[in-house]
Amino acid sequence: MSINFKNELYRGIVTENPIFRIVLGMCPTLATSTSAMNALGMGVSVIAVLTCSNMVISMLRNVIPDKVRIPAFIVVIATFVTVVDLLIAAFIPPLYEALGIFIPLIVVNCIILGRAEAYAAKNPVLPSIVDGIVMGIGFTLSLTMLGAMREFLSAGMIFGYAIAPFKHQFILMILAPGAFITLGLVLAGINFIQNKES
Amino acid sequence: MLSSLLSIFIVSALFNNVIMAQFLGTCPFLGVSKSIETASGMGLAVIFVMVLANIITYFVQLLLIWAKVEYLQTLAFILVIAGLVQMVEIMLKKLSPGLYKSLGIYLPLITTNCAVLGIALLAIKKNYGLLESVVYSFATAFGFLVAIVLFAGIREQMKYSTIPRSMEGFPIALITTGIMALAFMGFAGFKLPF
Repeated sequence: MSINFKNELYRGIVTENPIFRIVLGMCPTLATSTSAMNALGMGVSVIAVLTCSNMVISMLRNVIPDKVRIPAFIVVIATFVTVVDLLIAAFIPPLYEALGIFIPLIVVNCIILGRAEAYAAKNPVLPSIVDGIVMGIGFTLSLTMLGAMREFLSAGMIFGYAIAPFKHQFILMILAPGAFITLGLVLAGINFIQNKES
Repeated sequence: MLSSLLSIFIVSALFNNVIMAQFLGTCPFLGVSKSIETASGMGLAVIFVMVLANIITYFVQLLLIWAKVEYLQTLAFILVIAGLVQMVEIMLKKLSPGLYKSLGIYLPLITTNCAVLGIALLAIKKNYGLLESVVYSFATAFGFLVAIVLFAGIREQMKYSTIPRSMEGFPIALITTGIMALAFMGFAGFKLPF
């Protein structure tokens, strides 16, 4: 059995992009996109949890009774979230400080439970792992893009490097209103392009 | 004592509003805010579940500390909350069919509401006692109710205005929320008199 990784990647990043197309997992998207680095950290954690949970859930898909599948999925996901939580706390304390409560909240991120239910519970192990990776990459790319935009708008920097030719401070963009407005405008832009194409 | 509880209430209901400042519970906020009626139903259900969840997780945390397995916090809390929501649903159905009719459909949605788990975790992180934790969760949920009802009111009015085609749905909802969040930021300028 062969999996066309390129096609799968296209699916994860463009046609089924978790943030921009399916609009799932709003809370972490809004909260952790304050800077490109935070967004990337969050994205990588989600890739790790999503890939591992997809793998295990797919392995257990014939063992878990249908009626208790959601609690069973949550236990699997929570286990990996705890692993990631402890790893980040031990090795990257600054990121742990920045993401705070949103690392344990990966448990209730709709993207992860959504992929478990829609994909991993019905498909063999290898495609499920690939699905976890591509969906995770789609999430990470869009989140990092949002983070970079907000970081650039607020301080003229991306990943901590000054990009703008002049120094400015626009704190609103890292605060809550900036998050909502940026995401709203980006989604509107995507709709605009889509409407033009069709 | 009373003034500290009052300040917890005001700070977490208005200054640190769950949605407008902490980004918790955005999914139901955007999803169930088409009309004021459903929005207030959802808000009441959240108050009910959040306060109950905070009381129970307070004792679960004591149990975890006693058993020296604090690292199981996330796992234990989410299971307790999921179980709690199911139980509340079943009990409401039996005990109070009227209330079940008005709140029932929102209850399953609350399990995926990250605000419930988030506030339970935050209350532990802030080292709140039982009473403070109850006040904190009630205030936070009350803040959610205020925010979602206001937002639903705006959305009801929005139905009658023409919105650019690309802005329909999520984009305009998010931008409206952003402007509301801007207004809520004004509370941060107040100084509490106690």
